Amino acid sequence: MSELTASRPLGGQRRGDAPHRQRPRGRRWANLVIGILIMVVMLFPVYWMINVSLQPINGAIEANWFPWNAQLSAYIEVIGAQGPNLVTSLLVAIGSVVLSLAIATPAAYALSRSPGRMVDIVLFLILITQMIPGIVVANALYPAFNDLGLLDSIPGLILADASAGIPFAIILMRAFMSNIPTEIIEAAWVDGASSFRAFWSVVIPVSRNALVTAGLFTFLFAWSDFLFALTLTTTPKVRPITLGIFEYLSSTNENWSQVMATAGLASIPAIALLLAAQRFIASGVTGGAVK
Amino acid sequence: MSVGTAQAGVNGVVAGPREVVRRRRRTLLTFTVRWIYFLPAAVYLALFFGYPIVKNITMSFQHYTTATFYTGEAPWVGLSNYIAVIQSQVFGTTIVNTAIFTVGCIVGQFGLGLLLALFFKQRFPLNGLLRSLLLLPWLLPLIVSSAVWKWILDQDSGVLNEFLVGLHITPGPVSWLTSPSLALGSVILVCIWVGIPFNAVILYGGLQEIPTELYEAAALDGATGWKAFRHVTWPLLRPVTDVVLVLGVVYTLKVIDIILGLTDGGPANATQTIATRSYQLSFSLFDFGQGSAMGNVLLVVSLIFAVIYLRLSRRSSNV
Repeated sequence: MSELTASRPLGGQRRGDAPHRQRPRGRRWANLVIGILIMVVMLFPVYWMINVSLQPINGAIEANWFPWNAQLSAYIEVIGAQGPNLVTSLLVAIGSVVLSLAIATPAAYALSRSPGRMVDIVLFLILITQMIPGIVVANALYPAFNDLGLLDSIPGLILADASAGIPFAIILMRAFMSNIPTEIIEAAWVDGASSFRAFWSVVIPVSRNALVTAGLFTFLFAWSDFLFALTLTTTPKVRPITLGIFEYLSSTNENWSQVMATAGLASIPAIALLLAAQRFIASGVTGGAVK
Repeated sequence: MSVGTAQAGVNGVVAGPREVVRRRRRTLLTFTVRWIYFLPAAVYLALFFGYPIVKNITMSFQHYTTATFYTGEAPWVGLSNYIAVIQSQVFGTTIVNTAIFTVGCIVGQFGLGLLLALFFKQRFPLNGLLRSLLLLPWLLPLIVSSAVWKWILDQDSGVLNEFLVGLHITPGPVSWLTSPSLALGSVILVCIWVGIPFNAVILYGGLQEIPTELYEAAALDGATGWKAFRHVTWPLLRPVTDVVLVLGVVYTLKVIDIILGLTDGGPANATQTIATRSYQLSFSLFDFGQGSAMGNVLLVVSLIFAVIYLRLSRRSSNV
């Protein structure tokens, strides 16, 4: 190593200082171009979805690379056909957020306030739940839901879909709440607040950002759910939008503009969150996965 | 707990003994209250994770079919579900497919994710904006991604074939999803596309944690570029890469949406994995006994990796 330093000290020196110094202008713009190219490749399928949804395509006619004659006809048809399914998805997702936060917030608080071996074990078990294959859960829930009359029902789907949100929300919010100074909560006690009041009017407002992140992701999980929708519904009565898309895929439907328009509608929450709630998204991706 | 006790000790000197007793009682009380806060979650987790595991294990030893839902009878059949599942011709295929699918997905996601993370570590205009747009494939519902890719990969009118044939890269349209030899590769491609953002974001976070001084020190020793990566970045990123890889395996093992959406396990079981086979047995063939047996195979494999994950995350937190 030291020999290398001696042989070309200047080169080493300059590169080493790079993080502090401005990189050469050309390099930065070249990187921008590469970055945009990466985005074009990575996001092409999303572009293609929107592009095709705006063109009337039937059968084997090839789509244009750009929607010169953009038409919303596919969306209009699809909203008619899939409208009830969109409403179902929305109700299931909102219900799942409410249920997940109601269960996960106090749990995260409890786990954040009493560090110790017991809590470590509980946290590990919660992490493990995230690794249990959904099909294993679905196999068992189908007979149980059948007995309880929860098949083909929105409450049934809310309960099942919360299984993705609750463990995630507990881990995410606990990590955040662990950083709340004990003094703040004790101050509330000194003022005569009950344990619940301290939780409600101190811990929850302070943890607002973590709650929003957990809520947004829980919404996305439930909105995107496919496996429980597929296994726990048997009639068209209750049919989330993901299942609506699957029906198109498994039938011999050749009307790809309709399929893409449905897919586009089902993508709205993800796209909206990415545009409107970037900072929450970034913290959610890392927060839920690695402790 | 420890914070409370320490405070009682400090204040105890000033406060009278009665104060200490009251404080201790409150600590005890809050300990109970804390577990009351956790109770709803405990009940939910027991019902939606504990119960399904137990139920899967019991069902796998029962003859549990559509008839069971009418008659309530599910006779015990010992190991015969497992024997049937393992002796089935599809079993070997599903195991091999699951291994290829998981390894292929992980290698692709991780490799490209790491490249992207390294690329975005550099400073350039719009870096932050591009990085967050990159997340989109990961945020979309999997069934949406499947639908879009099914259309892109469509043999007759898909844009990929249009592109390849148009540029004379392939002589004719390729049957990406309908050829038994290509379907698994196509499904892996889509899985990689979905997983790149997750890998890139976590690895990017890991890269940001590596102190700049280390690179400066390495550069003084002449280690830049590939050498800096080999001797600084890679060893220091190891705890993060380990976790990403193991989590990736666990998440990929249970993937079902992409495969059902793109190929439904076909053609000729070419993309059938343990997860999709379990689904097929339970919900297409209505043999919940065999479906559970297959599900338990998946569960055991997943739990092995879960234990590895625990080991790794413990080791990295000790460091």
